[in-house]
Amino acid sequence: MLSYILKRLAIAIPTLLVLIVISFLLMHSAPGGPFTSERELPPQVLANLNAKYGLDDPLWKQIGSYVWGIVSDFDFGPSFVYKDRSVNEIIAQGFPITLTYGLLSFAVAVIVGVGLGVAAAVRHNSLLDYVAVGVSIGAQVLPNFVMAPILVLVFTLWLGWLPGGGWQGPEYWIMPVIALSTSFMASIARITRSSMLEVLTSNHIRTARAKGLPERRVILRHALKPAMLPVISYLGPAFVAMITGSVVVDIYFSTGGIGKAFVDSALNRDYAVMMGVTILVGALTIFFNLVVDILYGWIDPKIRY
Amino acid sequence: MVMTSEQRVEASELAGKGRSPWADARRRFFRNKAALMGLVILGFVVAFALFGNSLAQWSNEELDYNVMGQIVELGGPSFESGHYFGTDDLGRDLFARTVQGTQISLAVGLVGALIACVVGTLYGAVAGYFGGRTDSIMMRLVDIFMAVPYMFVLILLLVMYGRSITILFAGVGLISWMEMARIVRGQTLTIKGREFVEAARATGVSAPVIILRHIVPNLLGVIAVYATLLVPLMILTESFISFLGLGIQEPLTSLGALISEGAGTIAYGTTWQLGFPLLFFCLTLFGLFFIGDGLRDALDPKDR
Repeated sequence: MLSYILKRLAIAIPTLLVLIVISFLLMHSAPGGPFTSERELPPQVLANLNAKYGLDDPLWKQIGSYVWGIVSDFDFGPSFVYKDRSVNEIIAQGFPITLTYGLLSFAVAVIVGVGLGVAAAVRHNSLLDYVAVGVSIGAQVLPNFVMAPILVLVFTLWLGWLPGGGWQGPEYWIMPVIALSTSFMASIARITRSSMLEVLTSNHIRTARAKGLPERRVILRHALKPAMLPVISYLGPAFVAMITGSVVVDIYFSTGGIGKAFVDSALNRDYAVMMGVTILVGALTIFFNLVVDILYGWIDPKIRY
Repeated sequence: MVMTSEQRVEASELAGKGRSPWADARRRFFRNKAALMGLVILGFVVAFALFGNSLAQWSNEELDYNVMGQIVELGGPSFESGHYFGTDDLGRDLFARTVQGTQISLAVGLVGALIACVVGTLYGAVAGYFGGRTDSIMMRLVDIFMAVPYMFVLILLLVMYGRSITILFAGVGLISWMEMARIVRGQTLTIKGREFVEAARATGVSAPVIILRHIVPNLLGVIAVYATLLVPLMILTESFISFLGLGIQEPLTSLGALISEGAGTIAYGTTWQLGFPLLFFCLTLFGLFFIGDGLRDALDPKDR
């Protein structure tokens, strides 16, 4: 197991380095420097600024010091637009918020999705099954940026139950979490249902039933674990999509997470912050894929390290 | 096993004349009610995109000065004013705008899926055909690319090089060829061991010709299925970026951009500005998802 984890890590680290280098090169090749503005700066001032931020060094040296800054101190450098703030400060401000509603949405999507999927499979072809399938098909065309305005329309404008935006207490969490989790919940329910249906017809389930185990135990102990395999492999991409979706949530509900920082920096052309967020998201993705791989190896006895 | 009457008919037909796998797939597809419904829905949306403009009484650029400043009171959907779907916040006809947005969204979906298919198929087929070290390097690269948060990189690109529609189209396609490459590679591995490939190789056909003439045609079923499922994903991606205000720019518009505009103004009670673009967005995705699922069931019966 340990060697398997190490092997996965050996792939993950170069991946991250490649990501950092690619985004650095992208930034470097962008037309216009960070100090290009409407008002032409005197060449002397520009040279001084470039010297201060190390932009007059050769390219390899710039990449080296950028990568080294991230690896050794977790330092993404200064923001290009806000002179007194570092990228770290900007990210650190939004990250806990994103993490809060991100993890909540993830939990809701997995728990409700798996529950719905299992219930539908166990009561195959019943009313419950049809409702579950209907809900999951309907929710597939309701991505976060569609859910968000609909929720605000219904719960804030029509019913007046929930605040339309901001981040002050648990009642502010409800709509972001629903908006972010709906379409993933639907996919997870669909995947769980079809894989559960397949597992329920397999021989070991028949054996478990034949030896007189109560149905609950058959489902929870014997069927659930193998049925989770396709769900787990879906969790990797789902996680990435959820982080991406957090951008919409931040914008629409003014929750102030890292998505806000990202879009603001995109509109301000603050490349340093954009890169910082991109690299952070990439690192999270790689980490999460690692966790999924390990989980997969732990559940599926056919995988040998 | 007791045969149902349907199966018996099928069996007797089978004895009568041979059927190609494509004809078989077509039968399975047309027997699938959800897929047929998807086809009807998509047909409606495509017709709306193609011929909607001839129904519209206003162009998508004209401003209606009668409703300007009183959008909430006068800008709603009505037949009298000729604004079937109402007007947008500036007084432009929402019907014409929705037609335009549907056109662009469908175009992004098709072009994006096409790019993803071509790149993914060629990449996967080359990796699978050559095998060995080439294969492992190429697929390891795919693994690395898959860990890149592409939505963020695409936005980065759009911001840096200007929000041109070309970059958007190409970028949306280049996001998702990796999954395609993996699927195609897996299929190529099984096909390249077959006799006809061996025969081609024995008669001295060169590798590119074998890949294009002998392997890719045999993958068409799989490619068609995943291409259909890719189109809605491309539309979703584009709409997502446009919703953030980073994608399509005025005077062009897409369904995502229209949803974004509508979502921004619902607080004033102009629900139609959100409702109609949303309706067409959902219809498009519904139709495409159903058709994709139907095709998968029809062409890839083992994967049910």
